[in-house]
Amino acid sequence: MPERIKGLDKFAVGLASLVIRLRWLVIVAALVGAGYIATGAQHLAYSNNYRTFFSEDNPELKNFEEFQATYTKSDNFLFVFVPKDGSDIFTNENLAAIGDFTEKAWQLPYATRVDSITNFQFTYAIGDELIVEDLVPDPGASADDDLAKQKANALAEPLLNGQLISSDAAVTAINVVLTYPEVSLAEVPEAVAQARALRAEILNDHPQFDIYLTGTSMLNNAFGEAIQSDFTTLIPLMIVIIIITTIVAIRSVSATFATVTLVILSTMIAMGWAGAVGIKLAGPSPSATIVILTLAIADAMHILITMRNAMRAGLAKRDAIIESVRVNFLAVSITSLTTIVGFMALNFSDSPPFRDFGNISAVGILAAWALSLTFLPAVLSLLPLRVKAVDKAGQVSMLRGFADFVIAHNRKLFLVSGLATVGLIAMIPRIELSDEFRKYFDTRIEFRSDTDAVVEYFGFYPMEFSVKAGAPSGVTDPAYLRKLDAFTDWLRAHPDVAHVYSVADIMKRLNKNLNADDPNYYRLPDDPDLAAQYLLLFELSLPYGLDLNDRINIDKSATRVTATLDGDVDTKRVRQFLKDSDAWFDENAPDIEGPATGPQVMFTFIAQRNIESMITGTSIAIVAIAFIMMAALRSVPMGLLSMVPNGLPILAGFGVWALVVGKVGFSVAAVASLSLGIVIDDTVHFLTKYMRARREKRLVAADAIRYAFETVGAAIIFNTVILAAGFAVLTFSAFQINSELGLITTITISLALILDFLLLPGLLILVAKDKGQDAVTNQDQGDIHVQQYAR
Amino acid sequence: MFNNMLGKAASVAFLTLATIFPAAAQDDAVARGDTPDSQKGYDISARSDRSDNGFSDSRVDARMVLKNRAGQETVREFSFATLEKENEGVGDKSLVVFGSPRDVEGTALLSHANILDPDDQWLYLPALKRVKRISSANKSGSFVGSEFAFEDFTITELNKFTYKYIGEEDLDGMMTDVIERFPRYENSGYTKQKSWIDQEIYQTRKVEFYDRKDALLKTLILSDYREYDGVWRAHSLKMVNAQNGKETELVYGDFEFKTGLGANDFEQGVLRRLR
Repeated sequence: MPERIKGLDKFAVGLASLVIRLRWLVIVAALVGAGYIATGAQHLAYSNNYRTFFSEDNPELKNFEEFQATYTKSDNFLFVFVPKDGSDIFTNENLAAIGDFTEKAWQLPYATRVDSITNFQFTYAIGDELIVEDLVPDPGASADDDLAKQKANALAEPLLNGQLISSDAAVTAINVVLTYPEVSLAEVPEAVAQARALRAEILNDHPQFDIYLTGTSMLNNAFGEAIQSDFTTLIPLMIVIIIITTIVAIRSVSATFATVTLVILSTMIAMGWAGAVGIKLAGPSPSATIVILTLAIADAMHILITMRNAMRAGLAKRDAIIESVRVNFLAVSITSLTTIVGFMALNFSDSPPFRDFGNISAVGILAAWALSLTFLPAVLSLLPLRVKAVDKAGQVSMLRGFADFVIAHNRKLFLVSGLATVGLIAMIPRIELSDEFRKYFDTRIEFRSDTDAVVEYFGFYPMEFSVKAGAPSGVTDPAYLRKLDAFTDWLRAHPDVAHVYSVADIMKRLNKNLNADDPNYYRLPDDPDLAAQYLLLFELSLPYGLDLNDRINIDKSATRVTATLDGDVDTKRVRQFLKDSDAWFDENAPDIEGPATGPQVMFTFIAQRNIESMITGTSIAIVAIAFIMMAALRSVPMGLLSMVPNGLPILAGFGVWALVVGKVGFSVAAVASLSLGIVIDDTVHFLTKYMRARREKRLVAADAIRYAFETVGAAIIFNTVILAAGFAVLTFSAFQINSELGLITTITISLALILDFLLLPGLLILVAKDKGQDAVTNQDQGDIHVQQYAR
Repeated sequence: MFNNMLGKAASVAFLTLATIFPAAAQDDAVARGDTPDSQKGYDISARSDRSDNGFSDSRVDARMVLKNRAGQETVREFSFATLEKENEGVGDKSLVVFGSPRDVEGTALLSHANILDPDDQWLYLPALKRVKRISSANKSGSFVGSEFAFEDFTITELNKFTYKYIGEEDLDGMMTDVIERFPRYENSGYTKQKSWIDQEIYQTRKVEFYDRKDALLKTLILSDYREYDGVWRAHSLKMVNAQNGKETELVYGDFEFKTGLGANDFEQGVLRRLR
């Protein structure tokens, strides 16, 4: 054994002895220290703003921020009223409810504008008089023929039809625009609580409706609700899994108690740290709790299994603990280090919650590593622990049989698993990047279920354009208006567009009104001064909150066009729509082009942005982990070789995803670096034992493989089961990004085990000079038994 | 409806935004209220308003600078002529003629203000060479895209509000009385306005506007007060919207008083002959 390793062993033995001697101090220090750090968690809060998912440099976010600074912030509630009996909206009973609701909606916190069919500013002419009034002036008290007129007017109005009233007049929507000060995280939940209360109040007074509630404020609130839902379902589930696996593996209540304490302390430390540094939990970052619980238990499990085996081999508990720390010190340290590297690489992500996720996880893994080597031995030395004599022979002979099989068929297995992997990798291009914020949540979250109902009637994804006139007051230039109108027409004809809001329609209506409502004048004014004076007239007549400031910029050099896409369009079609609209501008009016922006535009490119930004991060992780492996295995070629069984399962995992699921959200960008850090653990254990057998025992490749299987095969399988289970828990998250992250990582971890067992042996034999696959093992049983706990 | 607002707005307003009109004499019991606080609030407001009585008529040029959150700016220019009401039964009459942007140059808005009813308003469109009568009940919308509403120009109409005296406060080194007032007319965009009136020349120095849910909507700072034969006028009015981050600065040129304008200059027929 080289000096360095001996030195490390010595250090580990010294550490373990010291820890056991000072066990009370260690335990108290760990509890007090963890408790103190955990107090930082009081500062933890949920972010409830979808913009959290975008870095400040994100180009789509920058566009949208600029757009909002020019026009208005776009946070909203959309209430959709569906009469239960399928009746027409234009009855006095129904309109009374809409009018009542419209009035009250102004009282919602941060509401700055309320648009409904009742308060729509309807214009008409009587001779030379322009009348501007509510479309339904006195909701609930209209005469029958007025109801018919109001209905006809609403349906004839392009700004309403398809946006606030369905084309059959059977469903209506009320849009409430909110302008949050954005100084407190309590703002969104407060507004949502009031919105729900208002809905309940209206339903109480007007029970004839179903009212669905959606909009970006509900989206934002859903991020927080999903986190709460996850915390209350996933964490208890994970704790149960931990207890079950520990009991199965160790069969000791004391050891289970020690393990559960350790993983909880690690998680507390990480979340306390997160709170202290001011992290706002969002999207994937709260999942760090599950990840830490999962990875922390793996560390503890290595120590426990070795200790148990040593005790079975006849060592006293204290000696077994010290021996376990000695043999695991290096492996546990290396696996923790590679995992930390993989998670830290997430700092390159364009999406800040992924950076937080990586850093919180890294802190938790670091804590778990330290506690496994200090707190755990200290607690174990205190607790009563007995080891039942179990027949290990069965397990060992099974693994030996498997090793023999793998060695006997190593070429075939290498080829088959290699080809299968290549086949899977070839599937990767079939993966479709897909981020539709409606589908980010499952139906446990009200935002999703209500939005699913709403998209039956109305469009959902607004695409915002700031269509530029090029010069101040240019928006009333007839040439500009004609292009704007052509763009509006093109949008209306687009198959994925449900509604278009364009100032061109207002100009046409005003032209008609100011020419005594002559329908022949329902066209754009062709005199720029006249158009400007129409607008001035119209602006002078609008009420509080319903002005045009959110539609025309202040120097009148651009207007806003909102094209609402159908709620069932997928990301691919959104991308296609954006290409189509770019192409339309390029061909027809390159001078007025304003790029499309809006929340769904941001999400459409979020996966791409994150993949681009993670290329550097993932590359650094791969190189760093390769160097760690070279150092750990003390062999450059073996370090490089180790990257094969670790890189392939990640790629193959994407291939499986392509075949089974197909679409994936932006969490896909994080998978490579974080799963590399995790799956490398198995290889660390396997190759460490393989190299030890080659170097110290001078075994030929085949025998060294048998040795590795027999010593660490069980631990690797066990480890994989725990990790896969932990990440599988994430698949139950209410948030799509987390559940996909969990599922891909579960697949990858499982594939890593398969390739470590089927492909790696063949690879090792292939590169070894002394193949020796037919050699008979010359180890005696005792040697194996002693080495068993040494893994 | 539309009429009223505009009229009022423009008339009373622009000119006198900061200052005050005459409605003083028209005090009525409702406006005064019954409690000591409302009486004191009313009295202080009335003293402020009365300091303006008897200006007869005035002319002034105005310039508005609009800014949005993105930092863009734009300018609107117009001139005002105002005729003081003959008696308390009617409102003031005003004429706003737009000078820029160029495409609305010559557009003229004539308003006959009413106290609690909507104003009467007519707009002359030079491109159409026609006068259009405007009917709208709304006085609280944005005036030409600015952060001012028509309604804001009538803040000194005494009887449009009920009052509540809040207390004294030091405002940037100036002792002021702080008064809340509550609109009595329908269709206001505000639940209340809070105003700071100095104790030296009794002029409004600052106004906070609260929206329908009683949240701060915008703040008006009035400054550069100058005296014209006993009548005070603010020459700089800055309105900052607390919710959307936009702001508008309104700057007046020199006021001219008693220019000889009469009721004939504020009739519909005048609009066509303006240019």
